[in-house]
Amino acid sequence: MGKYIARRAVHGVIVLFGVSIIVFLLMHLAGDPVAVLLPLDTPPEQIEAFREEMGFNRPLPVQYFYFLSRAVRGDFGYSYHYRTDAMQIVVERMPATLKLTFGALFVALIVAIPAGIFAALKQGKVSDVIVRMSVLLGQAVPGFWLALMLMLIFGVRLRWLPVSGAEGWQSLILPAVVAGSFSMATITRLLRCNLVDTLGENYIQTARGKGLSERTVTTRHALKNAAIPVITVIGLQMGWLLGGAVISEVVFAYPGMGRLAVTAIGYRDVPVIQSFVAITAVIVVTINLSVDIIYSWLDPRIRLHD
Amino acid sequence: MIDCDQPWDSAETYYVRRRRGMLFGRLVRSPGGMLGLLLVVLVILVAILAPVLSPHDPAKQNIVYRLKPPFWMDDGSLEHPLGTDSVGRDILSRVIHGSRISIFVGLVATAASALLGVSLGLFAGFLGGAVDSVISRVGDVQQAIPFLVLAIAVAAMLGPGLFNLILVLVITTWVTFFRVVRGEVLSVREEQYVLGAQSIGASNLRIILRYILPNVAASIIVIATLLVANMIIFEASLSFLGLGVPSSIPTWGRIVADGREYIADEWWIAFFPGLAILITVMGINLFGDWLREDLDPKQRNR
Repeated sequence: MGKYIARRAVHGVIVLFGVSIIVFLLMHLAGDPVAVLLPLDTPPEQIEAFREEMGFNRPLPVQYFYFLSRAVRGDFGYSYHYRTDAMQIVVERMPATLKLTFGALFVALIVAIPAGIFAALKQGKVSDVIVRMSVLLGQAVPGFWLALMLMLIFGVRLRWLPVSGAEGWQSLILPAVVAGSFSMATITRLLRCNLVDTLGENYIQTARGKGLSERTVTTRHALKNAAIPVITVIGLQMGWLLGGAVISEVVFAYPGMGRLAVTAIGYRDVPVIQSFVAITAVIVVTINLSVDIIYSWLDPRIRLHD
Repeated sequence: MIDCDQPWDSAETYYVRRRRGMLFGRLVRSPGGMLGLLLVVLVILVAILAPVLSPHDPAKQNIVYRLKPPFWMDDGSLEHPLGTDSVGRDILSRVIHGSRISIFVGLVATAASALLGVSLGLFAGFLGGAVDSVISRVGDVQQAIPFLVLAIAVAAMLGPGLFNLILVLVITTWVTFFRVVRGEVLSVREEQYVLGAQSIGASNLRIILRYILPNVAASIIVIATLLVANMIIFEASLSFLGLGVPSSIPTWGRIVADGREYIADEWWIAFFPGLAILITVMGINLFGDWLREDLDPKQRNR
C-alpha cells in the first residue's frame, strides 16, 4: 500500500510540475509580459529597467527556472492592482472558497446518497422515475441561471435566505446548492446505477438465500460495494465543484478566490490569476491523492495488485 | 462491474453491436430518446430559421417599450410575447438568435476537440514510449486545472472572442477522446488480426482506418453527442461572465447576464434564455443517453 501511495504522490508532483509550466506560459501568452505587468503610462527607461530586473530579456528556459524557484517558495510576483503580494491575497480568500466547495460536496452527497439508494431499491417505480427526471434536470441546468432563479425564489420572494455575502451559515446555502447541483445529479445517477448492478450479483442472492433481512442485504452487502466507485468520482467531481464555486461566488458576491480572479481579469492582474490557477491545481491534486489513498484502503484489490 | 460512469469520466469503450431493425426504428420505441431528438431538431431549426422566426431585430433598442413583461402579465402584449429588456430589446427575438451561437460553438468546439483528441490518441497509442508518456502527462496536467479556471486565465491573457472561446473549450475537453482512442489502440494493436495485417504489409494508415477507428467509432459518437451539451453550458457560463463572444452578439449566457440586475422585478429577462439552455441541453442528453444505451447493450435500463 505504501508503494502505491508513494507512486500516486510522485505522479501528483509531476502533474504540479506540468501545471507550473502552464502557469509560467500564461504570462507570455499575450506577447510581451512587461506590457501586461506595468501600467500603460510607465516611462520607457523604467520599462527597460523592469525588464532587466525581472529577467524578461533572458531566454525562456532561464526565465522558467527563476519562475519555478520563486513559485515553490510561494512567490508569484506583485499585484499592481492590490499593491501587495499576489499569492497572499489569493491565499487569504482560499478558506472561503474551500468552505463553499466542501459545502457544495456536502449538499451534493446529502441529497445524492439517499436519492440514489431510494431510486435503486424502487427501480422502475414512480419514485425511481421522479429521481431520474430530477437527475436529467440537474445535469442540464446552467449553474449561473439556477443561482438567479434560487435568488429570486428564496431571497426576493420568500425572503428565507440571504442573496449575497458570507455572513453566517445561511448565506452559504444557496451558493453551495448551485455549486453542487451538477455533482448532485451525477453522483445520484452513478450510485443508483451501481446499486442496481450490485443487487443483481450472485453474492447478494447468497446473502438473501441465507435468510438475511432485505435491510441487512442492502446496507451490509450491496451498498458497501456500490459505494466504492462513488468515492473515485468525488475526486473527479472536484473540478466541477471548484468551477461551480467560481460561478456561485460571482453571482452571490461571495468573497472567495474565484470572484477575485474574475475581477482580476478586468485589471489584467496576471500574478493574481497565475496564483489562482496554481492554488486551484494544488487543491485538485491534493484531493485526488487523498481519494486514491482512501480508495486503496477501502478496496484491497488496488493495493494488492499494484 | 458494469461501467456506470459518465463517458467523460471514463475511458470505457462502447462497441457497435449489430442488431436487427433500423436505428430509427429502435429510436421510435424509446420515448426518452425520441423526445431528445425532437428537442434537438427543434432547436437546430430555430437556429437556422432565426431571421424568419424572430418578430423583431434582436439588437433593436426601443426605450419606450423597455422592461415590458411577457404577454400574459398586466402591461404585457403580443407585440413582445416574452417581454423586453432594459433598453427595450425583444427577449423572444434575442433568445431565438442566441440559439445560433450556442449550436455553432457546441458543434464546432466538439468537432475540433474530437479531431485533436482522436489524432493524439492514435499517435500516442501507435508510437508509444516517450511520445505516449508526454501526451498522457499533458492530459493529466490539463485535468488538474478545472475548466472554468483555465478559461478565466486564457480569457484574461488573450481577451474574449469567438476563436479564443472555442480554443479554451477544445483545450479543456480533448482528453476524454484521447483516453478512449489511446486505450483502444493499445489493446487492438496486439490482436492477431492486426499483426496479420502488418505481416502482409498493411500500412499504419490502413490499420487505423480498417481496424482501430471502427472499434472506437461508437464511443466517439456517444462522447461527442453528450459533449455538445456540456459545450453549450460551458459557452453560456463564459458568456455570462463576459468572457465569451463580444457583447454585441446575443447569446443565451449574455442575455441572462443582462437580466441579472433586474432579477427581483423583471425576472423574464434572465428566465427565458436560461430555460432555452435547459431545454437544449436536456434534449441532447436524452438523445445521447439513448444512443449510448443503444450502442452498448450493457447500459440497458440505466
